[in-house]
Amino acid sequence: MSILPQLLFIAVLSVAGVVLYKRVAFLRNTILLGKDTFRSDAPAERWKTMALVAFGQQKMFKRIVPAFLHLLIYVGFIVINIEVLEFIIDGLSGTHRIFAPFLGDGYTVAMNIFEWLAVAVLVSCIAFLIRRNITHVPRLTMPELKGWPALDANLILWIEIVLMVAILSMNATDQLLAERGVDGYLQLGGLVFSSMLSPLFDGFGDQTLVAIERFAWWFHIIGILGFAVYVTYSKHLHIFLAFPNTWYSNLKPKGEMQNMPEITNEVNAMLGVTASGTEESVTEIGRFGAKEVTDLSWINILNAFSCTECGRCTAECPANMTGKKLSPRKIMMDTRDRAEELSKGISAKGESFEDGKSLLGDYITKEEINACTSCNACVEACPVNIDPLDIIMQLRRYVAMEESGAPQQWNIMFQNIETSFSPWKFATTDRFNWANDLKGKPMNE
Amino acid sequence: MSNIYQIPTMAEKAAAGEQPEILFWVGCAGSFDDRYRAVTLAFVKILNKLNIAFAVLGEEEACTGDPARRAGNEFLFQMQAISNIQVLNGYAIKKIVTACPHCFNTLKNEYPALGGNYEVVHHSQFLQQLIDAGKIILKEGGAFKGKKITFHDSCFLGRANNVYEAPRKIIEALDMELVEMKRCRSKGLCCGAGGAQMFKEPEPGKKDINIERTEEALATGAKTIAVGCPFCLTMLSDGVKNKEKEHEVTVLDLAELLAADLEADDYTERGTP
Repeated sequence: MSILPQLLFIAVLSVAGVVLYKRVAFLRNTILLGKDTFRSDAPAERWKTMALVAFGQQKMFKRIVPAFLHLLIYVGFIVINIEVLEFIIDGLSGTHRIFAPFLGDGYTVAMNIFEWLAVAVLVSCIAFLIRRNITHVPRLTMPELKGWPALDANLILWIEIVLMVAILSMNATDQLLAERGVDGYLQLGGLVFSSMLSPLFDGFGDQTLVAIERFAWWFHIIGILGFAVYVTYSKHLHIFLAFPNTWYSNLKPKGEMQNMPEITNEVNAMLGVTASGTEESVTEIGRFGAKEVTDLSWINILNAFSCTECGRCTAECPANMTGKKLSPRKIMMDTRDRAEELSKGISAKGESFEDGKSLLGDYITKEEINACTSCNACVEACPVNIDPLDIIMQLRRYVAMEESGAPQQWNIMFQNIETSFSPWKFATTDRFNWANDLKGKPMNE
Repeated sequence: MSNIYQIPTMAEKAAAGEQPEILFWVGCAGSFDDRYRAVTLAFVKILNKLNIAFAVLGEEEACTGDPARRAGNEFLFQMQAISNIQVLNGYAIKKIVTACPHCFNTLKNEYPALGGNYEVVHHSQFLQQLIDAGKIILKEGGAFKGKKITFHDSCFLGRANNVYEAPRKIIEALDMELVEMKRCRSKGLCCGAGGAQMFKEPEPGKKDINIERTEEALATGAKTIAVGCPFCLTMLSDGVKNKEKEHEVTVLDLAELLAADLEADDYTERGTP
């Protein structure tokens, strides 16, 4: 047997490896454009969160139909990729179905499980295509998805369908060849789903069948490697990033906003208070709040790359559902797109790269962030614990403190708090007047 | 104990050398909002009737800073917070009860980073504990018994702090028929006032959030909409008025519901607790 296929396989694997390595390095650099932040406390709870939310798909099940379809694709992805291991060993060593002799009947059982999952993935992908393109589920057809995001979503589904068809065709032709006793093919004794495809291929001669089988094999493995590279350019990154993203979840109560220790120091100085209680170290005083992705934390950017644009956040957002411009999903997409743009610029032109653009202003408008009620519905809805609210609040901080650009009515509210210690303009001396209606009155009247 | 309503301040208590069990944090809405002041009074009545040693800050209280923080003004928030913490720590406050989920969230979650560490409970949790302990005895066949009621989860109580059960336990104790809205608990829809929206007009859109939520509440058929937040009370009351249902449907705070049934009870017959 010629070693040409082996050499070709090594070449394909190497190219994919190099490209993937470069993409992963780029994504890592892009995420690390964000500010350093510590979130590695309570590791036991973090592993548990990751196991439940990412591995266990816990939050997906708030919407049962897509959760079930997604689960099939997810399990299919994980399990069928075990077969990829065999593909790689076969490809490198020039063997065919190297695990079969070791596993005996177990191998046939495994192949049947893979085939069952392949069919399940196929059906789920078709269902998802219907939801996106025919029944038009509202959250999957919103304005922020126009163009590439919609195409990306459809491409992923089609690629998965094609890959599954390849694996089933490969098994069907493989078993036909084995039945005909062609050298190198093993009879596995009953592959339920692919045998249904046999009639399609039965009319071909051995040569053609070998060609189809080999083509399907190469198509599947190159397809998978290609898909792995494609994923790094796609919203589909969530298949990997969901795991670190949930590990780095915010474990504090959702209502708690992060303190700004650099301001605490100034306020303490202004009020003449010697800092007591928990003192946090202040690293550097940069900008107050966030205008650019580099003002955000790296976890915010990791969040953005983990987003698969499912839109559950936006579907639950009270501002969005009442027609305001805010869409939490768009906040995440904008953050990701800007981080990518900035990172590309920096890798091309160096650290000093400047394009005169910024996240706030060029991507996200004040009208969007001003509409947020900080209700945490988006945070609660996200199946991978992304926190759009944290970004919105950091942008608001920039607008209020660096630009003094908060809405006029908020500026009045600020003034009221400053002068009368209440968001409404009332005299502080009237604060206790409510008690006059009750104080000193008999209770049983 | 006297049968006279008492509303002591921390300053008075400190002067008498007493440390009350709890501080009742009234909040700005509780102090100034015409409608919501009734909630403050209802809660104070309950505290008095149950003979709970409490005090308020009175004129020494100031905005927690929540709306400033959520509107982005961290400076102003911290000015408020640090001043408040000085007052609270000055009185060696250990436990705070408040009816406002925004004050609750800020005091409980955001003051510790600035040196203010207290046990903070929402009045729904406090009242639930009293019910569980058998301290709140409701009149049999109270005013609300058997009536349909729906409960609107406040975001800052619910999602922000995972308090979902306490308000429902109170409704259960009142023997009312709770009809949940479709969006409830962790999926509860905001009233539209959080994140400092209370203090400005909404952005342009096709509908106001409080109308969306009011429609959902009205659709339950309940004649009482219970809330546990001053902003939600305002937003839903406005929504009910907008739908011209204010003569049929009442929006009430949990404390008002309880106080009403307590008042139906003849205090003197039960004797001094």
